[in-house]
Amino acid sequence: MKAAPRTIRIEVLRYRPEQDKEPVVQGFDVPFTDDMSVLQGLQYIKDEFDGTLSFRWSCRMAICGSCGMMINGVPKLSCSTFLRDLYPNTVRVEALAHFPIERDLVIVLDDFITKLHKIKPYIIPKEPRALSQGEYLQTPEQMAQYEQFSACINCMLCYAACPQYGLNSSFIGPAAMALVHRYNLDNRDGGRAERDPYVHSEEGVFNCTAVGYCSEVCPKDVDPANAVNINKTESAKDYFLRFLKPKGAQA
Amino acid sequence: METFKADVAIVGAGGAGLRAAIAVAKKDPKLKIALISKVYPMRSHTVAAEGGAAGVVQAHDSLEHHFHDTVAGGDWLCEQDVVDYFVAHCTEEMVQLEHWGCPWSRKPDGHVNVRAFGGMKIERTWFAADKSGFHMLHTLFQTSLQFPSITRFDEHFCVDLLVEDGRAQGAVAINVASGEFVMIEAKSVVIATGGAGRVFRENTNGGIVTGDGMALAYRHGVPLRDMEFVQYHPTCMPGTGLLFTEACRGEGGFLVNKDGYRYLQDYGLGPAEPTPRNKAMELGPRDRLSQAFWYEQQKGRTIEGIHGSAVHLDLRHLGHKKLRERLPQICELAEEFMGIDPAKAPIPVRPAVHYTMGGILVDGNCASPLPGLYAAGECSSVGIHGANRLGSNSLSEICVFGKVAGDHAADFARSAKSAPSATLQKQADAAQMRALSLVRGNKGTERISVLRREMAETMERGCGIYRLGDEMQKTCNELENLRERYKRVKVDDTSSVFNTEWLLAIELGYQLQVAQAMAVSALNRKESRGAHQRLDDYKLRDDANYLMHTLATSAGDGPPVISYGEVKITHLPPGVRAYGAAGEAADAASKAKSAEGKAP
Ligand SMILES: Cc1cc2nc3c(=O)[nH]c(=O)nc-3n(C[C@H](O)[C@H](O)[C@H](O)COP(=O)(O)OP(=O)(O)OC[C@H]3O[C@@H](n4cnc5c(N)ncnc54)[C@H](O)[C@@H]3O)c2cc1C
Ligand code: SF4
Ligand code: FES
Repeated sequence: MKAAPRTIRIEVLRYRPEQDKEPVVQGFDVPFTDDMSVLQGLQYIKDEFDGTLSFRWSCRMAICGSCGMMINGVPKLSCSTFLRDLYPNTVRVEALAHFPIERDLVIVLDDFITKLHKIKPYIIPKEPRALSQGEYLQTPEQMAQYEQFSACINCMLCYAACPQYGLNSSFIGPAAMALVHRYNLDNRDGGRAERDPYVHSEEGVFNCTAVGYCSEVCPKDVDPANAVNINKTESAKDYFLRFLKPKGAQA
Repeated sequence: METFKADVAIVGAGGAGLRAAIAVAKKDPKLKIALISKVYPMRSHTVAAEGGAAGVVQAHDSLEHHFHDTVAGGDWLCEQDVVDYFVAHCTEEMVQLEHWGCPWSRKPDGHVNVRAFGGMKIERTWFAADKSGFHMLHTLFQTSLQFPSITRFDEHFCVDLLVEDGRAQGAVAINVASGEFVMIEAKSVVIATGGAGRVFRENTNGGIVTGDGMALAYRHGVPLRDMEFVQYHPTCMPGTGLLFTEACRGEGGFLVNKDGYRYLQDYGLGPAEPTPRNKAMELGPRDRLSQAFWYEQQKGRTIEGIHGSAVHLDLRHLGHKKLRERLPQICELAEEFMGIDPAKAPIPVRPAVHYTMGGILVDGNCASPLPGLYAAGECSSVGIHGANRLGSNSLSEICVFGKVAGDHAADFARSAKSAPSATLQKQADAAQMRALSLVRGNKGTERISVLRREMAETMERGCGIYRLGDEMQKTCNELENLRERYKRVKVDDTSSVFNTEWLLAIELGYQLQVAQAMAVSALNRKESRGAHQRLDDYKLRDDANYLMHTLATSAGDGPPVISYGEVKITHLPPGVRAYGAAGEAADAASKAKSAEGKAP
């Protein structure tokens, strides 16, 4: 890694609801070193050129999920996308697709938070257990069932990638679906029946058209497409079984 | 101004704030809880913790061992009764998290696994791969969603506390999305705003870790305790300061200098053995490891790069498979950020600021001297870290004391009456005016980024791994000057919606006060202890004069007034902090001695 006095052009889609009728592009020439991320480029702009540029960030290490944005049209975490890999081309930075823009690169997240509440993303115990009884047993194999789906950082890149969510934001969407799956697959949990109605509702998995782009952009290998698809099959099965089984019988 | 009437207001929704909220909700579902956070809860910096959380589980371990490691690790500046309570409740809290779904790493038989951590005599660190904090935070956040009594104020930035009749009665916050103010009335308030590492330049902390809650309490007369103790983590990425968890060394990683030599053996931490031995070499405590780095640098035995000196963290011998399994996030960081495959090449690392040992003065019930005001987590000084925190104690702390704070704040709220809204409203209006004056008619000339940089640089010079009296004095002077210049801080952004520049300006005000408390506390401690090491006339620990807590009390525009408080010592009198072979010899000697004492 060597320090190189290079300059890269960063174009940012700005939108300030109090001033701008519609989003406008603003360009900056930013000096950078090889270890600088797009986020650091934006911080440079904010510190040195224009203090009014707004974006979310915190951890700088791809784990808090704050800094997702469209970088050259692709949903990415800006803290782990490096300017060296984009040079010498111009970098185009925009707010995540499919979400209302709050301001500049900041999106409105309310929809996802509402969904999070709806999916009951917590253990609904299969068997209650007192603290004095110690931990539930869970073998590494049992944990492997759901572990991948528990790695979601709620960065929303998958929603920005999902054409279906773009068309209809009532669709539960990839990350929430992955989280449903995470709890349903946990051997400590018995809450599936409580989550199913929403998953299999009109807003649920059926909306997915199996594009798979969500899994491609996921920075944490959560593979939400897989979660959606498994549930689609399950959901279809359930739908079918409803006609075969008497009311109240367990699937 | 919008108002919300709560019973308990909690400022901060990281691990400590969420745990407190759940405690209140479980204790009494009738209590209305306002949970205020300047970011969405899952963005809180607990998310970044990698290594794990301490809790005694193994048959050959004991609470006494955990107690001993913590108090000795803290160089005897711990409140021993509080440490007693702490070690006795860690495991229960870890089990509680397990019941809530935290995916702790397991042994083949399905029981929870534990790993070794620096300064801990026996393996007792619960871990979820190397994303322990991430999993704890998401588990707590998601669990909290089931309690209807918790009303969240996400992306609400707290600008002041309401204090009336000599007790805390709520908070005032900016709704970041709209720029509107909200007054939250409450019968008790819990502060859980995390640390203040961002007052330094190179650090492992997220951008939001700016000491806000410390400054809020301090402005209302609550002392900040032991602020001079700031922990440097020995293995961070040069430049960004991003962390490579201690678990790298717990799993067997080596630290080597430019000659490939495991230099820690030259600093009383040896002997160097091929596999990790607890409390020795790479598993020594953080302060000692960071200090050893400093000496290696002086001797010219470090590797020089564009971001200064570094040593190598060598993980190659662990092999690809183990690295992927136990340290996936570390592999990702090394690969993505530095282009290094840790299975193939060593990683350059250097110390960076990591943890704020000091904080808001509270007792073992998390109660501050201001009635109705509680604090928990990194923003507080409940007394378990002393002069140097042991890794994996703070993730346990946020659970153990998050719960304590919630329980006690709930009790307080149930017995307290609220003040008439009109008097609180007046205060809230005044707080709003103060905050708005930064954006309305701002004629300032001082750029935020410039003041922030100068603050961080002077903190690093004066309050680094090793400290000198005259340098600390200089830092104190510079901070006074920076606070003066801050009065002319310039904010270009005058809009209401998501005005981050405005929030940065407010944060900078908090940071400058916290930095000043740190520097002045450091200057006044004329000894060396734990993370506070001086190279001038005070190189040694001085129990006769400084086995005392520093208390920094705000004096308005000026530097804090410093006073001292007693340290609670119940059963472990100050001894020598020894690690490596010397540590084992000392342990054996003290055992023999206590056996002698017991003999008839
Ligand atoms: C990289 C890293 C790795 C670590 N690894 C470990 C480890 O392995 N083991 C261990 O024991 N410890 C570890 N630690 C330390 C530990 O993670 C922290 O001490 C702990 O998570 C702090 O939790 P908290 O709840 O006190 O604060 P945080 O999680 O920082 O939460 C603070 C909360 O306060 C809110 N807040 C702050 N200011 C305001 C304001 N003005 N208005 C409204 N809300 C506000 C924030 O939004 C946030 O919700 C690590 C720390 C770091 C930085
Ligand atoms: S599933 Fe992946 S892309 Fe979607 S929010 Fe979670 S981490 Fe981000
Ligand atoms: S800043 Fe946290 S994910 Fe990028």
